Amino acid sequence: MTDVLLAAGALPTWSWNPVADLREMWAFPFMVNAFRAGTLVAVGAGAMGWFMVLRRQSFAGHTVATVGFPGAACAALLGVSVSYGYFAFCVAAALVIAAMPRGGRAAGGHESAVTGTVQAFLLACGFLFTTLYHGLLGGVTSLLFGSFLGITSGQVWLLLAVTAAVLAVLAAVGRPLLFASVDPDVAAGRGVPVRALSAVFLVLLGAATAEASQITGTLLVFALLVMPAAAAQALSARPAVSLALAVLIAAAVTWAGLTVAYYSPYPVGFYVTTFAFAAYVLSRGGRYVRERIARPALEPLPAGGAA
Amino acid sequence: MTAARTASVGAVTDPAADPVAPPVVSLRGAAVRVGGRTLWSGVGLDVGAGEFVAVLGPNGVGKSTLVKVVLGVRQPAAGEVRVLGAAPGRAGARVGYLPQRRSFDASLRMRGADIVRLGWDGDRWGLPLPLPGRFRRGAAAASARIAEVIGLVGAEGYADRPIGQCSGGEQQRLLIAQALVRRPRLLVLDEPLDSLDLPNQAAVAALIGRICRDEGVAVMMVAHDVNPILAHLDRVVYLAEGGAVTGRPGDVITSATLSRLYGTPIEVLATSDGRLVVVGQPEAPARHVDRHEDGGRGAAVPGPRDARANVPADLAPFAPAEPGPSGPSGPSASSASPAPPASPVSEDVRRD
Repeated sequence: MTDVLLAAGALPTWSWNPVADLREMWAFPFMVNAFRAGTLVAVGAGAMGWFMVLRRQSFAGHTVATVGFPGAACAALLGVSVSYGYFAFCVAAALVIAAMPRGGRAAGGHESAVTGTVQAFLLACGFLFTTLYHGLLGGVTSLLFGSFLGITSGQVWLLLAVTAAVLAVLAAVGRPLLFASVDPDVAAGRGVPVRALSAVFLVLLGAATAEASQITGTLLVFALLVMPAAAAQALSARPAVSLALAVLIAAAVTWAGLTVAYYSPYPVGFYVTTFAFAAYVLSRGGRYVRERIARPALEPLPAGGAA
Repeated sequence: MTAARTASVGAVTDPAADPVAPPVVSLRGAAVRVGGRTLWSGVGLDVGAGEFVAVLGPNGVGKSTLVKVVLGVRQPAAGEVRVLGAAPGRAGARVGYLPQRRSFDASLRMRGADIVRLGWDGDRWGLPLPLPGRFRRGAAAASARIAEVIGLVGAEGYADRPIGQCSGGEQQRLLIAQALVRRPRLLVLDEPLDSLDLPNQAAVAALIGRICRDEGVAVMMVAHDVNPILAHLDRVVYLAEGGAVTGRPGDVITSATLSRLYGTPIEVLATSDGRLVVVGQPEAPARHVDRHEDGGRGAAVPGPRDARANVPADLAPFAPAEPGPSGPSGPSASSASPAPPASPVSEDVRRD
């Protein structure tokens, strides 16, 4: 993002006065929009990712995010807005994954193989599309790794609308979705529509990633989906607390990444991902240390063994 | 043909039960077809309030399918099924259900108390808003009930630990608490003692018996070994060979009744400590171990023969508590031919 500033001839310097630094950064409208869009993406991805990690559907989520790349490339080739490509491919991938039989945890391997096959094929298609459409050559990097530059206010509003809609649906189905994620058999016995919820969740994931990918790129959005959620679940075993933590961590690493990237010549995606990774490592390490202190000698046997 | 093997022995109605109140579960001539094959037919059963009923039988006979019929997940091919005076599946929270043994992923970061809470409000849509007044009172009632039911199963010590880190017996108690939290009138349990060690089997069986007696909850429990729950049982449903026998345990688990049900000579022996041993049933218990063991840990579990010498009751229906020191190798009840009448125990050991 600092390309623009470098072109202007000066890399901004960190003054150790946060208020002054923020004021300096936010003097640029493109930085304000980057923070707005980043926050919206982080909140949506944090909440959706928390359920994704809980449901052990990280691979499905990765696929849904990744197919945005061939989607955008295909849309560019066809001469329509890349937004349509993102939405069409992400939601279609979500529907395909949802339609595949998911017969309990034993069938997880099967699902992974099919999902991976579809993902690999579509990625290859994406490269074909970008090769066929020569004008997009410079854009491959931004499709994959995103660009926080030049986000218009209109895009921020659209992002706000999509994030609000996704969070509203998530709030409405939240508890049954949690029940179905943790304990599908009992949830089904209680009348929770487990399969329908799974499809709703994947489509929601597809919509959220399609919108976010246009700014963060198809790879960075996955980092924001999986890492804050995994870190938060390591920190707390209380659902409400760890869900809130996931959103907070996602927002914090996005802000930190944007800020550091503003003052350095390296890409924002690297910083956001690195900070999220650091949060994950710290939380796992912290949990490990805490458990050693709490129960130094006797770890309970893994669940399901002889009780 | 199946009707001939279907029978009801002993008193069907419990004299203690209120004759006016409708039974909690009632099956009349129920039959189930799976893939064009009649799994069982002509099953009649009445479960009164506070009664403890076990569903017994060899593997693949349709015990879990009977549970699914009672839950309304599967439709009977024939006959009438009523649960709490309505069609199955309509009773909602008045039926608590504990599916076949499953353990939570060891990495699942959710406290046992949260798992129990899912039984309270996990099927409700929308979010509980942190509003004052009415909502707060509801939240307090929920917390009180969850704490109460955790105390009922004796899980206070580990309810705040992530459930993945609890032992199998601890998880099972928490799941029973989850099934009980909405005060059901019927508790349906599918092999809740499966994969628990013997002390935990006895403890969980005693817990279920106590809940049944003290809370007045009717319990319908699928079991592949009757011995841990024998002392608590009011009635058994024994499924085999497409038919069923219903009655008191002492009337059903007899040589005569089971021989008639299977259509082949069956011996029921009582050990000195009161355990029942069924010898000669044609179905193979070894399949049971394969079917229920989840892949990852299956390798660590000893084969049915080795295990049977140590924990026989865990692996074979009504298996002998002591195979006898004279046994040349581990006995197996998996033979297709029943034991000849003479000296059933030694025959059982030899057969294989």
